[in-house]
Amino acid sequence: MTSTAQTKAKIILRGRKVVGGCAEGEAIVTHETISGWGGIDPKSGTIIERRHEIRGQSFKDKVLVFPGAKGSSAWSHYFHLARLSDAAPKAMLFNKMTTKVALGAVVTHAPAMTGFDRNPLEVIESGDWVKVDADNGVVEVTKR
Amino acid sequence: MRLTEAERAMLDGHYGPAKARAMDLLVRYGEALGAERLVKTKNVAGTVGSATPFMRAYAERGFDAVFSEFNLDSREVVETPPMEVGTCQLISGIDMRNWQHQGVSRELVETQERSERFFASRGVKMMATCTPYQVGNVPVRDEHCAWMESSAVVYCNAVLGARTNTEGRESTGAASLTGRIPYWGYHCPEMRRATDLVDVRVPVSNMLEWGLLGYHVGEVVQDEVPALAGVCGSAEPAWLKHFGAAASSSGGIEMYHIAGITPEAPDLETAFGGNKPRRVFDYNKNERRSAYENLNSSARDSAVNFVMLGCPHVSAEQLVQIAALLDGKRLNGNCALWVHAPRDIRDSAQSRAAADTIRRAGAIVMSDTCPAISRAMPPGTAVVATDSAKQAHYLPALTGVQTWFGSLDDCVEAATSGRWSGELR
Repeated sequence: MTSTAQTKAKIILRGRKVVGGCAEGEAIVTHETISGWGGIDPKSGTIIERRHEIRGQSFKDKVLVFPGAKGSSAWSHYFHLARLSDAAPKAMLFNKMTTKVALGAVVTHAPAMTGFDRNPLEVIESGDWVKVDADNGVVEVTKR
Repeated sequence: MRLTEAERAMLDGHYGPAKARAMDLLVRYGEALGAERLVKTKNVAGTVGSATPFMRAYAERGFDAVFSEFNLDSREVVETPPMEVGTCQLISGIDMRNWQHQGVSRELVETQERSERFFASRGVKMMATCTPYQVGNVPVRDEHCAWMESSAVVYCNAVLGARTNTEGRESTGAASLTGRIPYWGYHCPEMRRATDLVDVRVPVSNMLEWGLLGYHVGEVVQDEVPALAGVCGSAEPAWLKHFGAAASSSGGIEMYHIAGITPEAPDLETAFGGNKPRRVFDYNKNERRSAYENLNSSARDSAVNFVMLGCPHVSAEQLVQIAALLDGKRLNGNCALWVHAPRDIRDSAQSRAAADTIRRAGAIVMSDTCPAISRAMPPGTAVVATDSAKQAHYLPALTGVQTWFGSLDDCVEAATSGRWSGELR
């Protein structure tokens, strides 16, 4: 098999729908859990937690790949505010299911998935192009 | 997800548009979780406020619009009906009496006043505290609840033996109109069992010690379910309140057991439900010392401008205790002291004398909020002292101030002398 600029390697992940729909975009990946309240600026979608791996980067219009949620019960409210500020991610892919991340994904209204056959944190890197088909449980990753 | 006939009827709009929107959200949320069904609840603790500038701007569209969008995740604006089940308001961002001290604008306060009247008329109990269990909302054992606020959730599960997950603004809104919440997580008996064992090898018998223990346990256990062994004697409600708040700040603990003390742990075997501990941790002198140092890692300057007490909000007993320490004293001219209490405790007859004593010393009895939520502190605050591990955890991160953590005595001493002299004894 040859790999050229036109036919870059594609990786397929399968998982479970959390919120249905299809979306595609550039990946933003963090290996650290994300806080809502005190962790993101909902107006810009920027991670603001001190000492966070991707502090200062925004998930706005990107496919956010992260381990899961932590912190305050206002998690969903802050992602809800991000959606109303047009700063929400295009899709969310995460590993650990909790009530915080489930409700947050639901009110973000973006396609979301979990329960993958391979760890997305090991497969996807920031900058990769990611197509999410949550309805069919398929994620297609094109390495940058 | 399987729905009962009554739930299906709500979803189909037989009980009006607001309940249909609420049930639609619960179905989407339940399916996101992978829950198979909903469970009935009569006890909801959530938030309906509009106490931030963003929310105030939104509230100009009316409070039905606020509730539809932020409590039901509904783009369509629906009329807010009376709450179907017992629903209380948790902590908010504005002290409705002392807002001038917070530097809040009159406009924001007026919006919040209108909001409180609107939602109170729909049956929301305006407790305005992070500790609804201190002012009359005390679920019975095994009762299914839908609560927000991490320190209240962990108290509800571990100390009261009632059952709740960490809910959010939208799920509690939907629960308040339907009396339903997804049956998942800590509603299920098997999920409440201990996973990790913590051997407590130093005595814990005051607020400071329980805060240190909680801070360490949260750090090592993260969001699993710890069981503590080796805690001798009894534990006061205020200590467990502090322990849970600390553990849910450094980690994400929503449930814990203390053998011989908490209701689902008559002994360790029962707490683990026959399972073996996955991990075992020691809590000894070194762990105690490192919890203290971590909590004080932001602090350098000994000149203290602001002493914060009452996180989580104080009980009536704690208010009396603080008053006794301040009786006949005056605060240092460069230092403010705010004590945070539920409004129902601040206003109660038994607390009035204590609150007067605290005010005579130059301190303020605040309610409805706290500095971590409001991000409001006395002007010019650079160095804070607090007896709350949760506040010491969040304030430096949220506001950039240095924060000393210590005992209540250390904090009162700092407020009267203007200098921090606390240490781990």
